Amino acid sequence: MSSPLRTPDPSNFSDQPRGNPDLRLSVEQASFVYAPNPSQAPLFTLEALSFQAKPGEIVSILGPNASGKSTLLKLISGAIEPLSGRVFLNGLATSALPPKVRAQRIAMVQQESRLLFPSRVWEFVLQGRHAHGRGVHFESEDDVTIAKNALSQVNALHLMDRWMDKISGGEKQRVILARALAQQPVLLLLDEPTLHLDIGAQVDLLESLRHLAAENRYTVVVVTHELNLTGEYADQVVLLQRGKCLRVGPPAQVFQRDLLEHVFQAPLTVEMTSSGRPRVTLFEKT
Amino acid sequence: MRPLTLSRLLARCGILALILFVVVVIALKLGAVQVSLYGLGRDLIRVLLHQSSSISTDYGMIVVDIRLPRILLAILVGASLSVAGTSFQALLRNPLADPYVLGISSGAAVGAILALILENQLSFSPEFSGLITPFGAFLGAAITITAVFLLGRREGQIDSTTLLLGGVITASFLSAIIMFLLSTVSGGNLRGAPYWMMGSLSTLPPKSLLYLLGAGFLIAAGAIYTTASDLNLLLSGEKEAMHLGVDVRRVQIVVYLAASILTGLAVSVSGAIGYVGLLVPHAMRMIFGSDHRMLLPAAALGGAIALVIADTLARTVVAPSELQVGAVTALVGAPFFIYLLRRRLT
Repeated sequence: MSSPLRTPDPSNFSDQPRGNPDLRLSVEQASFVYAPNPSQAPLFTLEALSFQAKPGEIVSILGPNASGKSTLLKLISGAIEPLSGRVFLNGLATSALPPKVRAQRIAMVQQESRLLFPSRVWEFVLQGRHAHGRGVHFESEDDVTIAKNALSQVNALHLMDRWMDKISGGEKQRVILARALAQQPVLLLLDEPTLHLDIGAQVDLLESLRHLAAENRYTVVVVTHELNLTGEYADQVVLLQRGKCLRVGPPAQVFQRDLLEHVFQAPLTVEMTSSGRPRVTLFEKT
Repeated sequence: MRPLTLSRLLARCGILALILFVVVVIALKLGAVQVSLYGLGRDLIRVLLHQSSSISTDYGMIVVDIRLPRILLAILVGASLSVAGTSFQALLRNPLADPYVLGISSGAAVGAILALILENQLSFSPEFSGLITPFGAFLGAAITITAVFLLGRREGQIDSTTLLLGGVITASFLSAIIMFLLSTVSGGNLRGAPYWMMGSLSTLPPKSLLYLLGAGFLIAAGAIYTTASDLNLLLSGEKEAMHLGVDVRRVQIVVYLAASILTGLAVSVSGAIGYVGLLVPHAMRMIFGSDHRMLLPAAALGGAIALVIADTLARTVVAPSELQVGAVTALVGAPFFIYLLRRRLT
């Protein structure tokens, strides 16, 4: 499809690159500490960790609850500044980017999107064009084309004129993804996107992510605790436990029985499928 | 897919402006002294041509010197309160927010009364003293919205019910302070409690204050309008807005200050008129949708129309006596508030 989704970035942000500009995403010894105030003991610490990702790659941040997955995603998005180390996107520190420039390059799909007043699907997707306008911005023909393309990329063009609160959970998740695509980012972040979806919708979503990453050369970072979806779809896994990064690598390397049993505190087996992807089976605890 | 365009925005505003014009003409005509449409038109044209001196009809003075300024005041106050209400609803992410319900108008009234008391105690030069009341009202509004905002926060998030309860309690507390101030301190320029707590447009402020109100409205509403696109995204929450490219802190500060200025200015010339900031934005949202690029100007024009109608009712239904305009708006607004509240709860 000859889509305008790949038009060049019109940003005029002129900060000097400081990281390695050849790598799309580079997390370098980044750490973070949550503390209510500096004199008290921290509530949560994310220890320094590093990994890199190239265009078209899907990175899965995997771990049990309270392992620091969402904190790491926030660090990558630039919403919070690392205590030490840096997160670079195309050589620029993400936390130093002004909000609009950041939104032109990084799109975030959050767990839930709650609306105060009802809105149509097309209005919602056009919100993704905000970062590309200036001041009080009236959407152009281009914006409309980009929004329509984004909707058709996630097979949701037929939902365009429906109300956001009248569509199913799976449809809503696709529309939220379409809004992120309308931002024309280079980095796509997703925070537990499969949380409220049934298994069919989960597979659909991951399939379209793989397709989108390959077609548009997005770098995709997904936070999840779905072991098998990660095993099947991720190019790289960042395995976290209680704020510590235990392993970074392709699923076949990270998915080792002892390691996963230790992290998830559950008995399991890991087999390799014919495609070279690991498959995990959980057992009941005895 | 049919996104808002500038021409559609202007066309819709044109229709609202036309309605406002018709309402103003009717309001000019109605009153204790009946005025013919012909005489009204002739006199208005003379005023526009700066030939006020040639108005020789018996009622010329009534229309031009009494009814017209009062209608202009209603337009400015109605537009200010309505834009402030729209802004607070987006800023606090609460469709029931309104300067009156949240106690912000009462805060502005306390600020205005304190400023008037201060003015009585100290002698300021006359051109300076006119500014003290609106400034005091602005400070009162800004401090109150801060307090209500802090009261409404639970675990870092604004909780809708806590916010409303906080606002209601603040309003009641501030009403007590108004009563206390008015009964302990007396001064020639302090009006009575009904004015401050219900609002009225029956006393015209000095001309300088009217100009200040007009200029203040244009600046503050203009500042809010520059954030219209951002406010649309803020409705989905601060985090989402940030990821979509909104400078959340900057928008919050601009809207918070500008909406406090609008409330302060309105209250300093008309007391605490209630529910305009609640009713009008909702009515406009039902007609035009929740896009702030359309909603803000529609709320301004709609607020002006609503308050001109309410004030015309206030001065005509029990003529020759007069109702407080705040009583008229509350008679319509309070049931509407309950309707909205119940619809949210179900």
